[in-house]
Amino acid sequence: MGKYLFLGDEAIAQAAIDAGLSGVYAYPGTPSTEITEYIQTSPTAKTRGIHSRWSTNEKTALEAALGMAYAGKRALCCMKHVGLNVAADCFMNAAMSGTHGGLIILTADDPSMHSSQNEQDNRVMGNFAMIPMLEPSSQQEAYDMVYDGFELSERLGYPLLLRITTRMAHSRAGVETRPPKEQNPLSFPADGRQRFILLPGLARLRFKALLKAQEAFTHASETSPYNQYFDAPDKTLGIIATGIAFNYLAENYPEGFEHPVVKISQYPLPRRLIERLADTCAEILTLEEGYPVVEEQLKGFLGKGITVHGRLDGTLSRDGELTPDAVGKALGKEISAFYAVPEVVEQRPPALCAGCGHRDVYEALNEVIQTYEGAKVFSDIGCYALGALPPFRAIDSCIDMGASITMAKGAADAGAFPSVCVIGDSTFTHSGMTGLLDCVNEQSNVTILISDNETTAMTGGQDSAGTGRLEDICRGIGVEPEHLRVMTPLKKNYEEMKRIIREEIEYRGVSVLIPRRECIQTLKRKHPAKQ
Amino acid sequence: MKTDIILAGVGGQGILSIAAVIGEAALCEGLCMKQSEVHGMSQRGGDVQSNLRLSDRPIASDLIPLGGANLILSLEPMESLRYLPYLRPDGWVVTHSEPFVNIPNYPDMDRVNDELGKLPHKVTLDVERIAREAGSARAANIVLLGAATPFIGISYAQIEEGIRRIFHRKGENVVGLNLKALRAGMEAALPFPAKA
Repeated sequence: MGKYLFLGDEAIAQAAIDAGLSGVYAYPGTPSTEITEYIQTSPTAKTRGIHSRWSTNEKTALEAALGMAYAGKRALCCMKHVGLNVAADCFMNAAMSGTHGGLIILTADDPSMHSSQNEQDNRVMGNFAMIPMLEPSSQQEAYDMVYDGFELSERLGYPLLLRITTRMAHSRAGVETRPPKEQNPLSFPADGRQRFILLPGLARLRFKALLKAQEAFTHASETSPYNQYFDAPDKTLGIIATGIAFNYLAENYPEGFEHPVVKISQYPLPRRLIERLADTCAEILTLEEGYPVVEEQLKGFLGKGITVHGRLDGTLSRDGELTPDAVGKALGKEISAFYAVPEVVEQRPPALCAGCGHRDVYEALNEVIQTYEGAKVFSDIGCYALGALPPFRAIDSCIDMGASITMAKGAADAGAFPSVCVIGDSTFTHSGMTGLLDCVNEQSNVTILISDNETTAMTGGQDSAGTGRLEDICRGIGVEPEHLRVMTPLKKNYEEMKRIIREEIEYRGVSVLIPRRECIQTLKRKHPAKQ
Repeated sequence: MKTDIILAGVGGQGILSIAAVIGEAALCEGLCMKQSEVHGMSQRGGDVQSNLRLSDRPIASDLIPLGGANLILSLEPMESLRYLPYLRPDGWVVTHSEPFVNIPNYPDMDRVNDELGKLPHKVTLDVERIAREAGSARAANIVLLGAATPFIGISYAQIEEGIRRIFHRKGENVVGLNLKALRAGMEAALPFPAKA
């Protein structure tokens, strides 16, 4: 116990350890990565034997977490927002089965897309699954929510969705920790088969149970310490602020609120608090980090013709993360900067590191590709997506984990030639292997480069699930050995690399090329003296 | 007290170590603190910034409002200008003077210096050179912190304590080098006009 300076991610990790966690399951993804990393390096977690190895993807992670919770223990499953799309099959159905041991599913959303390809708000997913959600407004609240959350999950019998955003994940503040709890003993649900076998007859009963449970979820929200009503004199406006938006609101009223405020950090919506606000105030302003989730719900919810302002009516921008200034403007405050950004300031986009193997892959690939008219290079999620930027401009797509292989297949099916794809080693094992099987089964005319840096580099160098076994995996899936070729991406090998790439493009079938050289960042960390 | 600081630089330069030292010093002093960081894609040589807020009262927002920063602390001159809308009219810019050129269209340094020259309260120093002279080329970020010590609102001795706590695991030698770098930065900034 004590007071520590924690990132939001670290506060969540420490809280889970203190709450008697038995296992964290996750695939790295900004801004969620540091939660699992913290548990991996925590001496307490080691002593307590807490599972913390990376999973192959978010779906395997969530299924394993559900299995651990089925066995009565407390499990945490962490992912970035788009990871929940990968885990959605399990996510939706874990809401049907419910849980036995406490299960917290963490989604780290990334509004403004600092490191992501979309800014989806996973409160929509939580509402879709109809499970309770938590959305902390401070690092301390994040700690407390997780510390108490496993018990709440066990009491309600359902998993909880804990939603944070980039600013919460990656902002540090002082956090008071609480006494550690014991882990749960191994135990199985008494009515396990009725709950966990979702055959239609049983699933129908489970859905009715989930619908009925909404009452208990709403009651939990209405009595939650995280949802609060703050009265204030000026009733011309009532304000609903969710999660971190509450901080930006408070920043604009350093001497106390002028309008009544409902702070929401637990869902489903606390109906009574909102009705009280609607009954007292002439109009309502909703402040939400992400999509207008509450704003949309309010329209149907109140049914009293009360005017609701927010992201839908343009009071706040429909996209992008909130800032104290955006909230201030929505409150009608005068917000102005004294200085402007001088014209001389240029954009400085991120780039592949000097000495990175992906650079050599793109150099060689570009030279070959230029000799084919209409060639397309489908790429994927990872550092190598930076190959989209100058000087390479080497790729034509970057959609979702694993999509490079399957998009190349579809384009080849349509007649595109050459249809090339570039995928990283970790992304390949995450979601590329199944697509490769599709290609092999149909002998699709694709050339697949698995640019192997033997790590999950973009998120900071976490273990990659297939390191050392990529050739075995590809052979096992059925890639012909003579079209499975490994090379070392270095300048001195360009001629050989170009020859191989050309030969395999010319081969009318599935080729897998594996340019392999360790990530320059993980290499530097292992040998700091070489810097 | 209340000090809002924007730390700026290029991914990989080490702005977060500066934040860590100030944070440790603030914690020793019993201050409230919030510090928002940048992780992920932008760390690959892109522009990075961190919002660091210190106060003797609870802090609401993790982000500094426009026109609210007392100090911009930057390891790169062009990057120090990127966040000017967040600077208070009476705020200070403390920046490394030498550019980090990793983009083809990096502006002419005379133009960057002209813009810095227009600011009423600034300290520009070649912190890399000062760090080398102080015996540790890797402590340029601590030299910069030293130059900014008059504007942070925490005593110099407390910042020294922050350095001891952050670097103690790396041994007395590293602590000593960083304390020396801190002092070199503080002294190099003395000729600049004191805070009004």
